[in-house]
Amino acid sequence: MQEITNWNLYPKVKAEVKSFTSKNELARLSGMHFDTIRGNGRSYGDASLGAKVIDTTAYNKVLSFDTEKGIITAQSGVLLSDLLEIIVPKGWFLPVTPGTKFITLGGAVASDVHGKNHHKEGAFSNHIEYLTLLDAHGNLVQCSKQSNSEIFKAACGGMGLTGPIVEISLRLKAIETAYIKQKQIKAKNLENLLPLFEENASYTYSVAWIDCLKKGENYGRSILMLGEHATKEEVKSSHKLKVPKSKALSIPFNFPSFTLNNFTIGAFNQLYYSKNISAVKEMVTPYEGFFYPLDNILHWNRIYGKKGFLQYQFVIPKNDGGKGIIKIMKMISNRGMTSFLAVLKTMGPEDTGYLSFPKEGYTLALDFPIRKGLFEFLDELDKVVIELGGRLYLAKDARMSASVFHKTYPNIELFREAAKKTNLSKDFNSDLNKRLSII
Amino acid sequence: MHINHLLILGANSGIAEAVAYEAADKGIKLTLAGRSEEKLIALKSDLTIKYESEVDYVLFDAFNISLHEAFYDSLPNKPDAVLCAFGILGSQEKAQQDWQETNAVIESNFTGAISILNIIANDFEEKGAGIIAGISSVAGERGRQSNYIYGAAKAGFTAYLSGLRNRMAKSGVHVLTVKPGFVKTKMLEGLETPGPLTAKPEDAGKAILSAMIKKRNTLYYKSIWRLIMYIIKSIPEPIFKKLNL
Ligand SMILES: Cc1cc2nc3c(=O)[nH]c(=O)nc-3n(C[C@H](O)[C@H](O)[C@H](O)COP(=O)(O)OP(=O)(O)OC[C@H]3O[C@@H](n4cnc5c(N)ncnc54)[C@H](O)[C@@H]3O)c2cc1C
Ligand SMILES: NC(=O)c1ccc[n+]([C@@H]2O[C@H](COP(=O)([O-])OP(=O)(O)OC[C@H]3O[C@@H](n4cnc5c(N)ncnc54)[C@H](OP(=O)(O)O)[C@@H]3O)[C@@H](O)[C@H]2O)c1
Repeated sequence: MQEITNWNLYPKVKAEVKSFTSKNELARLSGMHFDTIRGNGRSYGDASLGAKVIDTTAYNKVLSFDTEKGIITAQSGVLLSDLLEIIVPKGWFLPVTPGTKFITLGGAVASDVHGKNHHKEGAFSNHIEYLTLLDAHGNLVQCSKQSNSEIFKAACGGMGLTGPIVEISLRLKAIETAYIKQKQIKAKNLENLLPLFEENASYTYSVAWIDCLKKGENYGRSILMLGEHATKEEVKSSHKLKVPKSKALSIPFNFPSFTLNNFTIGAFNQLYYSKNISAVKEMVTPYEGFFYPLDNILHWNRIYGKKGFLQYQFVIPKNDGGKGIIKIMKMISNRGMTSFLAVLKTMGPEDTGYLSFPKEGYTLALDFPIRKGLFEFLDELDKVVIELGGRLYLAKDARMSASVFHKTYPNIELFREAAKKTNLSKDFNSDLNKRLSII
Repeated sequence: MHINHLLILGANSGIAEAVAYEAADKGIKLTLAGRSEEKLIALKSDLTIKYESEVDYVLFDAFNISLHEAFYDSLPNKPDAVLCAFGILGSQEKAQQDWQETNAVIESNFTGAISILNIIANDFEEKGAGIIAGISSVAGERGRQSNYIYGAAKAGFTAYLSGLRNRMAKSGVHVLTVKPGFVKTKMLEGLETPGPLTAKPEDAGKAILSAMIKKRNTLYYKSIWRLIMYIIKSIPEPIFKKLNL
């Protein structure tokens, strides 16, 4: 038995954890009523927690890489960071990447992750050649958008409740360089930021960082970051597909929670904004800093202290021109609930997965250190999100109620039907499922 | 000394895989030997894709002693270095009751290893060159109630390697005894081990390959284990037998 927890350090559970390195070993474990599959634990909540856990991270080999067509096939426990080291020097990139590269391929599929390009290129499931899953009888089932498509739609975004995803074949994106041509635009407040998103909708990558602490008319001052993969001509270095190795710093221990008051957060944000002095700034920068700004600070999650934190990520439709976002941000500010990071992105149409999170609109992600009153406050926010026609991201959730979930994920019945095909007797039953009664 | 072609027996062990990545990175040709074809193919493709190195694989089971000769004969190109990495820890409690368990521990850590290394040693001796490395364990330094059947097999293997080194010294063949303490592989899954004494497989892999190339005789990994075992060995038996180790 060991204690495990995901990236936000809440909740923590005692679990029996077993790993495997072959399909036979996996089938043997699956037959022994393990209830959860766990990748690299970068979700925020209880999705990959349970009493008996199968850990995929030792099942991490790359099986084939077609450098002509840009198709890579690998075991589900391989990390995106490992894939990047292989594919970037050959002129390929991940078609979709979350804000950290330290997640497994299986975790990317099971959460149907989205990146800064969702409005243009969809979620992870949009780029999968095929998957194989292990069914309840220990047989491998191959699926894709075209074949066994119900299983495919259930597995993508299915949070591991379809049983283990074994192998994944992914279509990559061709790049000329390992650099991003980046443009930063400062916005004074949210009212100014939202139209900027629309004006720049043609950019492949876009994301905004919002300062939630500034009061008054500067409330919601932000930086919009836009990016395109740089062409050969735009990069001066002679090694177009190689970037200098950046050194990782590590936060070695849990910060006591009291250090994380409004003052320290304010100081952090100040630093961040003063570094970007001009209103509009363009530069060509290695891809890592653009996509994974926090990965260089290993264990930054410990900055919130031992009690951990919650991430609240929702998506709401755009039809009210972003008034919903402003309303929710105001609720947070009025309540003095500080958020260290607030990240805003736009999303395109819904994806294939029955439980995929994205839908057309704005998505906002906020981190809240756990403290008294937070859970009740987030219950209030849930009501507003539902009213606005939105929903919360399962990979970032540790606390919503089953009723909130069932009101906001309309394809639940289709999911249940399809999940039966591979997880017949509901053996896979994570703590997330126990809380939300998904299957 | 230079290694051109390394044969790894038990190539899918956590420690062995780490050695394989290190060797591939150095451009050393690899022959992977193990008992699971699926794992061997996966390791081979991963190594080939990451390092564009030359890798092949062969099925090998330490328990099938009668096939060891044929296994080595069948290798189209003979290696100039070999790492013998397979071995199981087994369950001490089970082994006390169950001969099959005891026997599996002895055969994988001792009999099987000696059978295949005898064959390879003769070939290397004839050529007058080569490096043989065997992964034994600090557990073989003194028997303790918690794992003395495994420990006994490893003690036997350590004695074998030392004798082999002595025999081969004059023929230009080098023998390395590796004595790991704790290495975080599948073997230790579910066991709580003290953090500072527990090595990462990647680090152990680097140290092992480098000790082979440098022709070291004995490698404790982590090196602190040399001191720890020195202390453990110097405890007088009347006291030692009452300890809960
Ligand atoms: C700093 C940071 C930034 C992030 N940014 C984004 C972002 O921009 N966009 C986004 O979408 N997400 C983002 N995330 C969330 C993260 O991408 C997802 O939670 C992802 O699923 C984590 O993968 P993991 O390998 O760590 O899996 P875990 O956290 O261990 O598990 C996540 C889920 O996947 C399931 N699972 C894992 N492997 C398998 C498998 N082989 N078969 C079946 N089910 C499996 C688990 O059961 C669980 O339900 C971010 C996370 C962090 C820490
Ligand atoms: N980890 C430690 O803390 C530690 C400490 C001291 C010594 N050691 C020694 O280091 C060596 C490597 O151990 P590890 O930690 O890397 O262990 P591991 O990951 O558990 O690997 C053991 C390997 O041995 C293989 N094997 C077992 N029986 C075999 C047989 N009959 N024929 C062929 N292969 C067989 C297994 O093959 P399959 O993959 O097919 O199961 C497995 O790949 C072992 O000799 C071990 O005793 C380890």
